[in-house]
Amino acid sequence: MEEIIRVYQLSKRYAGSDRYALKDLSLSIKQGEIFGLLGPNGAGKTTLISTLCGMIKPTSGELWFKNLNYRQHRRKIQQQIGVVPQEYALYPTLTAAENLYYFGSLYGLPAATLKQDVAHGLERVGLADFAQKPIKTFSGGMQRRVNLLAGILHRPNVLFLDEPTVGVDVHSKEVIMALLQELHEQGTTIIYSSHHLNEAQHFCTKIAIIDEGSIIVEGKPQQLIESVSGATTLENVFIHLTGSQLRDYA
Amino acid sequence: MRKLIVSAYKEVLLLLRDWGGLAILFFMPSVLIITITLIQESTFKAVGESVLPIVLVDEDQGEIGQLVAKNLAEAPNIQLVTELDGSPIDDNRAHALVSSGEYQIALVIPKGISDELNDKVNYNVDKILGEFALTENDSTTANPPEKKWKAKEITIYFDPAAGQTFRNGVKSNIERMLSKVEVQKIYDVFINQMELSEDPGLLNDEIITFNETIAQKGEDGIIPNAVQHNVPAWILFGIFFIVVPLGINLVKEKNLGTYIRLRTSPVSYAIILGGKIMTYTVICLIQFALMLLIAKYIFPLIGLIEFDPGAQLPLMILIAFVAGLAAIGLGILIGTVAETQEQSAPFGAIFVIILAALGGVWVPTFIMPEVMQKVSAFSPMNWGISAFYDVILRNGTATDIARPLGYLLLFFAVTLMAALFYDKKHQTH
Repeated sequence: MEEIIRVYQLSKRYAGSDRYALKDLSLSIKQGEIFGLLGPNGAGKTTLISTLCGMIKPTSGELWFKNLNYRQHRRKIQQQIGVVPQEYALYPTLTAAENLYYFGSLYGLPAATLKQDVAHGLERVGLADFAQKPIKTFSGGMQRRVNLLAGILHRPNVLFLDEPTVGVDVHSKEVIMALLQELHEQGTTIIYSSHHLNEAQHFCTKIAIIDEGSIIVEGKPQQLIESVSGATTLENVFIHLTGSQLRDYA
Repeated sequence: MRKLIVSAYKEVLLLLRDWGGLAILFFMPSVLIITITLIQESTFKAVGESVLPIVLVDEDQGEIGQLVAKNLAEAPNIQLVTELDGSPIDDNRAHALVSSGEYQIALVIPKGISDELNDKVNYNVDKILGEFALTENDSTTANPPEKKWKAKEITIYFDPAAGQTFRNGVKSNIERMLSKVEVQKIYDVFINQMELSEDPGLLNDEIITFNETIAQKGEDGIIPNAVQHNVPAWILFGIFFIVVPLGINLVKEKNLGTYIRLRTSPVSYAIILGGKIMTYTVICLIQFALMLLIAKYIFPLIGLIEFDPGAQLPLMILIAFVAGLAAIGLGILIGTVAETQEQSAPFGAIFVIILAALGGVWVPTFIMPEVMQKVSAFSPMNWGISAFYDVILRNGTATDIARPLGYLLLFFAVTLMAALFYDKKHQTH
């Protein structure tokens, strides 16, 4: 498979902090993978995703999207990626359709096709009847579905997901996971960060466990489970590698 | 371009669905302009056009008391109060009425002042005429014996709440009236002593009069009044209050997570801000139009002077537009730096009030202490008010307002650049 994202010796230290959020991290993600980024709180997952999305600049190291370097081609890269943040990144007083239309327009999608895509997307996630309702009236699960749609309307090559199913009911979760599976089948590369280890084990084709700003292990879920004696789940592997100590950072 | 228009449209939708924000933008300035203008108009009228009740205690019951009462009664803006509940008012009661705030002023004419004034005037006139040996009994009046009088005091009680300016104004008017009474008295004695067959009418016409003219350009200038201070002042205040909803708008975006989506989309932050600038500039112009409509059509209905911009309207629109940009720049900076609504809203509101106070919205800058006048020169609202005054009161041209407009544009550029710089710095850490 073709390499789509390459990270080389990436380090990030935030201003005023004496601790590295990312330390000499190298990584390769192939086209069509569902790449799971797992790790305890403060491990550096969000910093890595924010850097890969072009939101923050690294302290040192290099990143490439296909053959494009992030330093020179940030806008071009951002045109080809989709981001689904952990927050409900939507305007509460705008309707679902208005939110989607606005975010889709920022990717330069033509008005006519965008309207069709919005209607089709809402129908796909079971929200066609709520298109003209303001987001603030939606339940958590409904907002998560719209949040996901806002990140995929422009059909990105790579989709970044940060806890896409946190706080949603089983039905919404099923719709979200089915849609993600569909995108994967269509060739979209998914980079997924979550604390739901069971979900990650079944959903991801490849997993990297990150801790203290570095990748400590990387491989297919089953390979990782088999690599730790006595482990039957990804959770066993995770605890084995990162320990049981609480990770609190302020 | 489409991204910019879509961003502006999104801002319009957000504003239309935010009733609190709309109230801050349109309702509050409308209420403020009406309320403050009414209040300031009343204060202005307290020494000018409105009826002021004055308690008069005439313990003299002589000529002076009658003349003072007559002059006060004839004054167009004074209501003379000499008795309450059918009984005359004495010195103690007058003091009590004023100290309780029921009346603002009381005047007490002391007993015997008329006799004393008559005596003094007669003595002085006799003495002067005696010098010229013009009286009947030349031998006796030529050198009348020296006499001394202890000055009689007319007491004026003022309400403790009355301001110094008001007190000075009233005191000056009463002093002028008493001087007139004294002059009239001296004149009468002269006429009487000189036994003229008829009054030559020397006091009928004033020798020196005043021609009050407002120095301004052009022939058809407007006479300044409280409305012409308050309309531009509160238009600017309303425009700058845009800082509050705009700051909240930006902070909300950060807190909601939509900021992440915007920053990871292939669009520059300048376009996102451009959408806000477009929308809020239109809001500023709508605010301006609303305030002008209130000043033109509502003011006359509530007893205030109508404000008519006349031919100066295009320049006023230009000032409102540029002032709007300055306000938007400040709002963007506050919204970019603040992390929570609890930071942006109170800071924005208080900062605008400080800028307004410094800029001469509450009190005109020319009556500020010298130090504050110098500080005032750094307030963007002062630049805006200066430009409005140049246009409204001095019939100024576009060239005349180029400097304050330049300052406002510079303020917009500096605040916007600072916001972009801070965002870039903050974004990249």
